[in-house]
Amino acid sequence: MYSLKDKACIVGVGESAFTRGSGKTELGLMLDASTKAIADAGLKPHDIDGIIGPPLGAASEHIAANLGIEDMRYATTVHMGGASPVVSLQSAAMAIASGVATNVLIPLGWNGYSSNPVRGGGARAATGEKPMPAPNPLQNTIGAFYLPYGATVPVQWYAWLATRHKHLYGTPFEAMGAIAVAERKHAQLNEKAMMRGRPLTLEDYLAARWVSYPFRLFDCCLETDAACAIVVTSAERAKDLKHAPVYISGVAEGHPYPADDIPARPDPFVIGLSFAAPKAFAMAGVTHKDIDFLEVYDCFTYVVMLQIEAMGFCKRGEVKDFVTGGRIELGGELPLNTHGGLLSEAHVWGANHIVEAARQLRHACGARQVADAEIGLVTGWGDFGDGGLAILRR
Amino acid sequence: MAEKMYKLPLPRVGGHSAEFYKFCKEHELRFQRCKDCRAWRHIPRDMCAKCGSFEWEWARSSGKGTVFSWTTAMQPMMPQFAGKIPYSPVIVELEEGVRMVTWLTDVKPDELTLGMPVEIVFDDVTPEVALPMFRRAA
Repeated sequence: MYSLKDKACIVGVGESAFTRGSGKTELGLMLDASTKAIADAGLKPHDIDGIIGPPLGAASEHIAANLGIEDMRYATTVHMGGASPVVSLQSAAMAIASGVATNVLIPLGWNGYSSNPVRGGGARAATGEKPMPAPNPLQNTIGAFYLPYGATVPVQWYAWLATRHKHLYGTPFEAMGAIAVAERKHAQLNEKAMMRGRPLTLEDYLAARWVSYPFRLFDCCLETDAACAIVVTSAERAKDLKHAPVYISGVAEGHPYPADDIPARPDPFVIGLSFAAPKAFAMAGVTHKDIDFLEVYDCFTYVVMLQIEAMGFCKRGEVKDFVTGGRIELGGELPLNTHGGLLSEAHVWGANHIVEAARQLRHACGARQVADAEIGLVTGWGDFGDGGLAILRR
Repeated sequence: MAEKMYKLPLPRVGGHSAEFYKFCKEHELRFQRCKDCRAWRHIPRDMCAKCGSFEWEWARSSGKGTVFSWTTAMQPMMPQFAGKIPYSPVIVELEEGVRMVTWLTDVKPDELTLGMPVEIVFDDVTPEVALPMFRRAA
């Protein structure tokens, strides 16, 4: 069995301001976050020799040219939608463990609010800059078979999974609400969170308007102009850098089958994480009970629940009990999305989940610090259920 | 004229998916079926994922199935669908085992249940395009 256990470490993290109207291009946002992450690591831009560029907004080449990286030894992109940042940790660890690259930068940024076509396209439109086209394996399926029936966006596709799960297992709306409420509580302790100062009760959650059954407004993530960046290096080199290293102990990616069509799946609840989680746990040599906190990709509440079941934290159909009763809140047995997540901090494709996990393991999270956190788990979810996870330790 | 009256997006097709809709135009619901191992499949593909065969035919479906899941859109994500709100993109599982996205013509969103029996009906939305829809079955 191959292993990447503890061969690479997260040594630098950074982010741009989180706003609704950045006035910057995606590239500008990512350069902001990248320079901060590199400085956080105690490195210089020239020390970076690998870039795992984002699936949209700018290419590794653009970022390298701006940072002045003359010898970019490794450039690639993970095309897994919102799972891309976490799975990029795997690619970074592979490149570092093999010696292909030394210090790898993972930038991710977008104008998720102002580039939305309904808001005129933001700074990119103002400068006449065209978005970089991204290859999308889903477009053929959507265009031919979903589009005529108005099923064109994630909140509708993932709802197919949620509806079936809800009606088979009797999962109440209150369980979905428990996730929205817990994450909003955590956001109150995070000065960067977009929803700080806007607390949410279960009553508010249940009274909100529908978006696409079974999802109401507060089941849905935010839209944010934001970037995050992560710097990964070898365990050996990490020891000499600015912060205590955060080890990538277990990491894996997975894809549902088939990955390019949701209805065709033999078992719709077998998602990418179903394949990836056993590999990552085995690699890290830990069990579910060893995990001190979870940062789970939360584009929608129910997607968190599907992932918790797929990773084996509880049996299928039992997630309604797992997420209620305070277990997932700070101070509970397994705090979830301690920064507020995509639902209440910001939508940065889950790159912000990696940043938060690293800071939790540095014990640098202040009022929202998980006491004595030693091991954290971060997931990514993208496209039609592609997934990745990383088990991180201090 | 009818083409101009239909305001919703039509299927964007090419290759195998164009063939699927060509049969729909004739009011025939056909899916690919492997000539070697006889496995049905949808969405259309070049190969049989079960046995690896490149040999397949467009086999006629009974058109009978059940509701596998659904969502009910209550906020339009494309302006063309604003007048249709609320509408329910439903996944139907056909007797042959394949599943597809569709609309039900005679079922309100709050009447939907898992396993509801349905059957095929075609909607000639333009002179060139017929969309497969389903209606409640006995």
